[in-house]
Amino acid sequence: MVDKSETDNPNNNPHNGGHQHFETPPHERTWIDNPKNVDKIVYALYAVCALLVVIDFWVPKHGPFAIEHWFGFYAFYGFIACVGLVIAAKGLRVILMKPENYYDE
Amino acid sequence: MNEINPGLLIILGALLVPVLPGLLRSAYMLALPVAVFLYLLGLPMGELGQFEMFDMTLTTLRIDKLSLIFGYIFLLATFIGVIYALHVGDWLQHTTGLMYAGAAIGAVFAGDLITLFVCWELTAIASVFLIWAAGTKSAHDAGMRYLIIQVASGVILLAGIVFFYRETGGIAFNAIGIDTLAGKIILVAFGIKCAFPFMHNWLQDAYPEATVTGTVMLSAFTTKLAVYALARGYAGTDLLIPIGTVMTAFPIFYAVIENDLRRVLAYSLNNQLGFMVVGIGIGTEMAVNGAAAHAFCHILYKALLFMSMGAVLYRVGTVKGSELGGLYRSMPWTAGFCMVGAASISAFPLFSGFVSKSLIMTEALKGGYFYVWLTLLFASAGVFHHSGIKIPYFAFFAHDSGKRCKEAPMNMLIAMGIAAFFCIGIGVYPAPLYAILPYSVDYVPYTVEHVVTQLQLLMFSALAFAVLMRTGIYPPELRSTNLDTDWFYRKLGYNVGSTLLLLGGDAVKFVAAQGGNAFRVFERRLHFHHNPDGLFGRTWPTGLMAFWATVMLGGYLLVFYFR
Repeated sequence: MVDKSETDNPNNNPHNGGHQHFETPPHERTWIDNPKNVDKIVYALYAVCALLVVIDFWVPKHGPFAIEHWFGFYAFYGFIACVGLVIAAKGLRVILMKPENYYDE
Repeated sequence: MNEINPGLLIILGALLVPVLPGLLRSAYMLALPVAVFLYLLGLPMGELGQFEMFDMTLTTLRIDKLSLIFGYIFLLATFIGVIYALHVGDWLQHTTGLMYAGAAIGAVFAGDLITLFVCWELTAIASVFLIWAAGTKSAHDAGMRYLIIQVASGVILLAGIVFFYRETGGIAFNAIGIDTLAGKIILVAFGIKCAFPFMHNWLQDAYPEATVTGTVMLSAFTTKLAVYALARGYAGTDLLIPIGTVMTAFPIFYAVIENDLRRVLAYSLNNQLGFMVVGIGIGTEMAVNGAAAHAFCHILYKALLFMSMGAVLYRVGTVKGSELGGLYRSMPWTAGFCMVGAASISAFPLFSGFVSKSLIMTEALKGGYFYVWLTLLFASAGVFHHSGIKIPYFAFFAHDSGKRCKEAPMNMLIAMGIAAFFCIGIGVYPAPLYAILPYSVDYVPYTVEHVVTQLQLLMFSALAFAVLMRTGIYPPELRSTNLDTDWFYRKLGYNVGSTLLLLGGDAVKFVAAQGGNAFRVFERRLHFHHNPDGLFGRTWPTGLMAFWATVMLGGYLLVFYFR
């Protein structure tokens, strides 16, 4: 077995910055790097979501809570839960977020 | 003679690791969990390994269905952890990692509280080396905090055991409950290790600081040992239901804004523990089944996720979301395995989380726990959002960071492959898992209702992610530290302590100065007589010595003569 240090790639300095501006070279681009194809994935997601809501008409529900029997409850709740989660978490950053070296000072 | 606890076999076996060379060591470490597993299969059910000590009956080995399922999964996690770490040359990590696993297995098969306590503390002491082995200052400090909190859990457990012995006259580890003082104290000890809210932060503090391979081991044992202990001692304790419910919900807010992806996983680990704690709190046979099944699946998919992020850390040197992106080009296999883990933790149909989490959700529904069920549903959507999508998306896709590296080493890929195999296998064919649960299972996870509602929940979570990303509302990954309860001891406690030290400083200085003066005077005198030219330090002529010796002997003679 080869004895290696914890991380074996010293060239990837996390502080080299500038990766925001990195453009993938054309020969490395794949199907998913094309924004049009990303759009296709998102549209497919929209379609799947629509389909899942439509078939809700025919799905029998057995749970004891009335809310579960509402049309499209799970879909609606999943969407609202995640949007609420992200917006709340984003708001929490105001209180919770400190510089990376906060505890080192 | 008595049968030996399988955990003890692993602990003793680990002691051989340092002396074995290279390939032999690798083969030995792989064979050890397999051999112990075969040994475990041959053991009969019941309370074994009993002996008397100080009027107490120690039951060092208790085998029933609840301990067996945890024993099986701990051994499987050990095996996977060993494979994942095969490239590491550091014998200390291998030895302590195996001892840690052995201690956790020993604790699961402990039939009495003293044996449990010994194993409980050993898991703390052995595992801290996996954090320290990272070698950084932050790992050292986090390891220290981890050790203090873990050992404290053990000390509190011991105090609880003392009360328990006084109250009941025995030390057998069965249902405890919170009606007695001992029960309350022991619950605190278990709660610390299980990362209950406000006792949780050691987890998110320490796990992301451990070594690439150490975090994988850590993620499997400590908290799930606590889940086992809760299931054994506190099944049906109503208090656990609100505790578990809070646990499922609040860590996911942190997970959304955390930048270190291994820390994101630590938060989602905490969230998954919440589901198990709720199941134990509900306490019906099916709910406890659900907790055990979810612990089983969780160990596998959480290890898988930690392994994939560990591979990224190993190859790229960072797992910060703000620095990563586009790695699917360099690490396609790792990306694939990561997505299997992500689908499993999100409880997608055909993945393991789906067949285990639903046992708990169904019991919450049946029991009429409306707000609990609603919160668990929220947490289920949330976990898909931050673990299911955020982890693979920001590491392997998102904006190309320009980082290029090699695919993970072969042993890491094999370990991830085994975990992924189980994640999918259990999801597709849950019958073998259901067969080893503590109670008999009468449950069909794949109904039209269940599959469709779960897909609705998940797909609309994904839709929310897509909408938030495309509208720019989704918070970007930023280099940051997010305040959690560790602030109270790392900042507030530190500042208060420093202030007190400053205030008390003058008094301390005065005492120190006086003491210092006295010491310096003593030191000066010592030096005066014993320095090379001092009375006792210099060399004297031999003749002079002989003369004084003669004088002294003459003196003796005179004294004896006149006596």
